Amino acid sequence: MTAPLLSVDRLVRTYRMRAGMFGRPREVCAVDGVTLKIDRGETLGLVGESGSGKSTTGRLVLGLENPDAGSVAFNGRRLPAMDTTEWRASRARMQMIFQDPLGALDRRLPIAAQVREPLDIHAVGDEALRTARVEELMRSVRLSDDVGQRYPHELSGGQRQRAVLARALATKPDFLVCDEPVSALDVSIQAQVVNLLIDLQAELDLTMLFISHDLRVVRQISQRVAVMYLGRVVELGSADDLFVSPQHPYTRALVSASPTPGARRGERIVLSGDPPNPAAKPAGCAFHPRCPSAFARCRTEAPALVEVAPDRSVACHLTGPESHATVALGAVA
Amino acid sequence: MQPLVSLDGLTVAFNGVKVLDGISLSVGRGEAVGLVGESGSGKSVTWLAALGLLPKTAAVSGSVKLEGTEILGASPSTMDRVRGGRVAMIFQDPASALNPVLTIRRQVGESLALHRGLSGAAIHAEARRLLDLVGIPDAERRLSAYPHEFSGGQNQRIMIAMALAGNPDLLIADEPTTALDATIQAQILELIRRVRRETGMAIVLISHDLGVVAENCDRVAVMYAGRVVEEAPSAELFDDPRHPYAHGLIGSLPPIDGPRRRLTAIAGTVPDPKAMPQGCAFAPRCVHAAALCGTKPPRLRAVGENRRVACVIDQPVRATDIIGQAAE
Amino acid sequence: MARYFAIRIGRAMITIALVVTFAFVVLRLSGDPALIIMGPEAPPEVIAAFRKAWGLDDPLWMQYFDYFGAIAKGELGRSMRDGRPAIALVLERIPATLALTIPALLLKLAIGIPGGIFAALHRGSLIDRAVMIGAVAGFTVPSFVLGLVLVLIFAVQLGWLPSGGQETWRHAILPIVTLGIGGAAVLARFTRSAMLEVLGQPYIRTASAKGVSWRAVVLAHALPNAAIPTVTIIGFMVGTLIAGAVVVESVFSWPGVGRLLVVAVANRDLAVVQCILLLVAATMVTSNLIVDFLYGFLDPRLRNREAAGAH
Repeated sequence: MTAPLLSVDRLVRTYRMRAGMFGRPREVCAVDGVTLKIDRGETLGLVGESGSGKSTTGRLVLGLENPDAGSVAFNGRRLPAMDTTEWRASRARMQMIFQDPLGALDRRLPIAAQVREPLDIHAVGDEALRTARVEELMRSVRLSDDVGQRYPHELSGGQRQRAVLARALATKPDFLVCDEPVSALDVSIQAQVVNLLIDLQAELDLTMLFISHDLRVVRQISQRVAVMYLGRVVELGSADDLFVSPQHPYTRALVSASPTPGARRGERIVLSGDPPNPAAKPAGCAFHPRCPSAFARCRTEAPALVEVAPDRSVACHLTGPESHATVALGAVA
Repeated sequence: MQPLVSLDGLTVAFNGVKVLDGISLSVGRGEAVGLVGESGSGKSVTWLAALGLLPKTAAVSGSVKLEGTEILGASPSTMDRVRGGRVAMIFQDPASALNPVLTIRRQVGESLALHRGLSGAAIHAEARRLLDLVGIPDAERRLSAYPHEFSGGQNQRIMIAMALAGNPDLLIADEPTTALDATIQAQILELIRRVRRETGMAIVLISHDLGVVAENCDRVAVMYAGRVVEEAPSAELFDDPRHPYAHGLIGSLPPIDGPRRRLTAIAGTVPDPKAMPQGCAFAPRCVHAAALCGTKPPRLRAVGENRRVACVIDQPVRATDIIGQAAE
Repeated sequence: MARYFAIRIGRAMITIALVVTFAFVVLRLSGDPALIIMGPEAPPEVIAAFRKAWGLDDPLWMQYFDYFGAIAKGELGRSMRDGRPAIALVLERIPATLALTIPALLLKLAIGIPGGIFAALHRGSLIDRAVMIGAVAGFTVPSFVLGLVLVLIFAVQLGWLPSGGQETWRHAILPIVTLGIGGAAVLARFTRSAMLEVLGQPYIRTASAKGVSWRAVVLAHALPNAAIPTVTIIGFMVGTLIAGAVVVESVFSWPGVGRLLVVAVANRDLAVVQCILLLVAATMVTSNLIVDFLYGFLDPRLRNREAAGAH
């Protein structure tokens, strides 16, 4: 059994903020004890709404921020501390693409120059090799040659995102974090980019962490999915099963809120209450104020993420090891 | 029966560039119509034009009838009465759609005063009732709050309350949930459904999210590059889309269950309004395009009982054609 | 709240101190008051005596501390020319200056704000362009050029108005107009861009979609929002009420604070210059404080950030 490429253990990240000019400093716990692993060549989807901590997790996993507790291991070794030479060198092995491709590109440089930049930074090969590699990259993301000479504002949203992808893949990284890469694109362009990502993953044996709020896109591209709520993983399982028979009440509500044209699966679940505020996390299970099935224990004790079936873990007192309730696949709350 | 609102040949041009090219659409009393399209389709412009909300630089022509009466080009005072009183509109991004320096009571009360002739204590009481109706907790105190003190979902509820204040017959919801989280989106859509059940209000739901539209609308119209390309009852459209664009659009939605299939990726991009192709606007990207498609734009013609398609190809495009069709 | 103002007032004090220090140093380094006031023909003993009497022989830092020590006691020094307390000299000139700057401010508001709003509402039209060109002309032409041109036309050619001095109310017209035009131009441009920015916001469209008449949209929805940035500029203009008329007073021989400042600098009449600068800095800083306070009143988002929404 090969070791996972990326292993995250009880990661914690807290921000200190002040509300207003003279408010008391508040602690906002964005990531609250996240444990994950991603095998080589696999895509793990990370799903959640705003305040879930999924973007912060993405940054922590890459070493773009230092966790306050817990550890991240890449290829069996702990990530080097930020801004060290080792850390800079590790950038060639792991990359990230974001939601806004226009913001990620330098408006003053033509595309080809930007795709080439990582090669220059990491001093890969010589001049001729780098030029050839840039051409190869542009072809692999299916951008025509003339696009290389253009500037970001002259391209469409889909083309920009491919350019960002080409740049991210320049140094042949092992690991790619995608943070909402298709959310700002039209549906038909989303399909193009998603297909491209899937193809590239197969060709290059890429390992990916795909962060999104769009369940359908996540399901399409991921082998396994983790659902986050207020900094914690509430459900973890295979992409095929998780959305078909979600166990955690929050996952159920998410699936219900993401309708697919055609027959509706299960009942319509509408959560009550306000969206979660990371600065005012409820005690016990963070989801209990909005949970239709909450009971006394939920208010005081935070459930642990526990394996309830092969390849499925849920953090919920209803499905925990001491619970006698059998939650059959497909049953609806 | 006369439709509540009917658009006929609605055309909009900015500085000589056509962005809407002869839109014909109607909404019956109490009906829920969905309007789907991607950027550049003109789905928002259609209703902004119908309500006279476009800037003066827009050249709007065609016909917009409200219960048989033409309102396109009507006087400003007539339009002021129609807007909010007969047809209300809510927008995307509720946080910036509310005036930051006016209280909620002031903003909701404005509609109440304009369309229901209320004043003083009556406004306060009715505004309160509306906030309760849309599910804002602690309504009494919240009336004197400002928009920045609410969350995105709550702001959208307030917008709905404001829209309902005038007792409109039709609500145009322009991407009302796009800027909101999925679970909050579900809440807002549930609210809209409830209001419709209770008041019999008609709704036009504009969205790029096919699932949302499929779930909440009786009929759906698909727009592309300023034209309606297909219009059908919701279930029929999603089961069996006829127009190649509608087909491609539905095929590009990843399925949430069942076998994974390669997504349909429509090659190319939406044409620039300044350089629209002659003939069918979708032809350059269409896998079924024939010579005929490049001559003149196809008109919406009836196909079956309550369907219209703007395509010259007769045979229906089947769902089985989707697999393996992902051209890049 | 108290802390908010304490910080602001502290910063204001520092600003004033910096201004006065600057004046202090520059004045002393740039010329000898003794020579200038006594005249170049005065015998060296007179000059030396003068310097001794006014403490000009002391090292710079000692003069500096003496000065600040005196301020703390409320003594702002005496004029080297006539020995009278500097503050008295300045105070007796203030009414004359205010007689120009206050009407000028009202003129700026009366022309600039409506002009800017009008231009914004009719963006792109001929009127808009005319207003904008007029505005650019208004603030690029230096006030002394403008003043002299106005004198040339109205005093010399047409003979309608007097060209200088302070005798009758008619004497005030040209200086007020000269002062007002530049500020009105700035205000017009500023108000226009503030209005345009606001009119492009989504909530304006929401208001129209509610059926609010265009007039009500502009007055009740747009203006309160456009007022917020405009208040900054107006605050600045209020801050210049005391010394904003230096050039104009000189051109029109108007005996106000500005004129006094010019004469005092020329004579290196240190105490008077410092006193005026102290007053100017204090006025500017106070007016900024008032503007800061007004922001909280005009923009509810600034009032209490604690109450800001869930995220």
